Amino acid sequence: MAKIELLGIEKTFKDETVIRNLNLTIRDGSFTVLVGPSGCGKSTTLRMIAGLEKQTAGEIRIGGTCVNDVPPGKRNVAMVFQNYALYPTMTVRGNIEFGLKNRGMPGKERQSLVHDISEIVGLAPYLDKKPQQLSGGQRQRVALARAMVKQPQVFILDEPLSNLDAKLRNQMRTELIQLHKRLGTTFVYVTHDQVEAMSMGDEIVVMDKGVIQQADIPSKLYHDPANLFTAQFIGTPAMNIIDIRDAYGLELENGEGVSYVGFRPEQALIGKSIEGFRLEGEIVTRESLGAENVYQIRSRCCTFFAKTYLEPLLTEASATVVVPYEQLYFFGPNGERRRGVRALAKRLATAGGV
Amino acid sequence: MTIWHKLRPYGMVAPAIVIFTMFFLYPIFYMIYLSLFDWNFVSPTKTFVGLANFRDLLTDSDFMKVLSNTTMYTLLTVTLTTILALLLALWLNRKSLFHGFVQGAIFSPHIISLVSISLLWSWLMDPEYGLLNWIIGLFGFGPLQWLSHPGTSLVSLVIVAVWKGLGYNTLVFIAGLQSIPGDIYEAAALDESKPWTTFAKLTLPMLSPTIFFLVIINLIGSFQVFETIAIMTQGGPVNSTNTLVYYIYENGFRFFKIGYASAAGVILLVIVGALTIVYFRLLARRVHYR
Repeated sequence: MAKIELLGIEKTFKDETVIRNLNLTIRDGSFTVLVGPSGCGKSTTLRMIAGLEKQTAGEIRIGGTCVNDVPPGKRNVAMVFQNYALYPTMTVRGNIEFGLKNRGMPGKERQSLVHDISEIVGLAPYLDKKPQQLSGGQRQRVALARAMVKQPQVFILDEPLSNLDAKLRNQMRTELIQLHKRLGTTFVYVTHDQVEAMSMGDEIVVMDKGVIQQADIPSKLYHDPANLFTAQFIGTPAMNIIDIRDAYGLELENGEGVSYVGFRPEQALIGKSIEGFRLEGEIVTRESLGAENVYQIRSRCCTFFAKTYLEPLLTEASATVVVPYEQLYFFGPNGERRRGVRALAKRLATAGGV
Repeated sequence: MTIWHKLRPYGMVAPAIVIFTMFFLYPIFYMIYLSLFDWNFVSPTKTFVGLANFRDLLTDSDFMKVLSNTTMYTLLTVTLTTILALLLALWLNRKSLFHGFVQGAIFSPHIISLVSISLLWSWLMDPEYGLLNWIIGLFGFGPLQWLSHPGTSLVSLVIVAVWKGLGYNTLVFIAGLQSIPGDIYEAAALDESKPWTTFAKLTLPMLSPTIFFLVIINLIGSFQVFETIAIMTQGGPVNSTNTLVYYIYENGFRFFKIGYASAAGVILLVIVGALTIVYFRLLARRVHYR
């Protein structure tokens, strides 16, 4: 077990800087998820921790020791690749014990370790099969077993579930969470899927264009985003963002420097007569997902999403939506969060007795 | 269903069938037919001799020498080409201007006509004026007779064949190497695999379909070597470089023993045919790592 520190990391490919001045501490024993759109530098960061990529500048420490000049095999990390990267020439057993053999572990010890691990991941009946004879989920387990058997200080997982079908992905998600609980090892996990990030991580690092946008626990990330990027990246559908100039009927206290106002689709209450930011519009699309319904509504200012839970699907052509004032988020011109801004109802409107 | 509909598919494949029959099937069967006769190419009568041509061939010490020459030439050429090409491919399998240049350079003999190559090497290997003797002379080695001595002539031809075939083989190996996913090597690096272990346990087995393909193609090609021998040695000195195809040519078109040459042709057909069958049989059973 070990904590990972990234200090002033910079990575340049030819003349393109993909990561600039990245500072991050990954807690010992945490399940940290790096998430962001493709090309945001999350995989590069991961590969630098594994030692498969060398950073242009900065220092990486694993468990307090600088590993800048330590080759991948000696960093005491194990990695699960997106395409599993199993050795097609070896059996499942060969794949799992390859790292142990290279370390010169004696045969008896190796046998019992491979046996234990294959019991844990349910591969025992397949030990003498070749990877190409296995299904996607089984290959995934081999990749996991190969990583686990080395008993590393750090587990690195690079989009390990993206090649699985939806059902299997959910199942493996749960298994990975349980595995993390059982091992207590530091997990660093990369994904572009924010739902995966939210459901698995106990610490999430949101990245964009090589810069960390926010590193926080999932609930804070969702309810207290640090900027426009995080606010829009986390959550489905994304947070609705309106240019402040289009937000008619909204009066702000401490409102200077506010450029955008945002609200979560589920905070847009349809047909409720309560105090709040009021929007009227035509319902453009309706998505019924069973427990929840998602509406796309086109109003005078913008098109936005609203979400309801456990309510019948609305059939009306138009709707009035109210967002409670305390559920509004405010952002500055560069997308930074503005705290301490308070929304007030327009005096005229309140005088009219809404 | 009109007649036209029924006939159309046959009409479509007819040109291919006609060409195949005329230029592939007919010559093969005609050769087998001729191998049972004694004929001199011009006389109007062919004398049926049964299997006498085969009996004569298999008891002819010259033919045995030809077979052993061909086998020796083939084994040396295939082994050297494959090993050298693999080593070169391992070295060239990276992207840089220099590596690209070397790759192009070693490939260029592949597109040069064998006649030009033969003439070029005849000059290079000339015992008196040749560049090769001059070069080994610089290192204090005595002049070699190259093509003019029975002890070195076959090996000299092997050198030419390896030189010509190396570029193509290297290119195919590079393609094979590049089809191995890079993340496997990253996984091996994380597993503390040493370079030799990675090569022996991962690279080599994953290249085995490529190696197998090249070995068989080279075997078949080497068994049929002709141009270099016809131009550089004419099978000499003292039959030391006479190989199967050249032997067939000699008997057929210089001594006009058509039946005898056809019988040798049938034997070549059997050898190459057997190699081809081995290739396809093993190919079907091959493990493909995909």
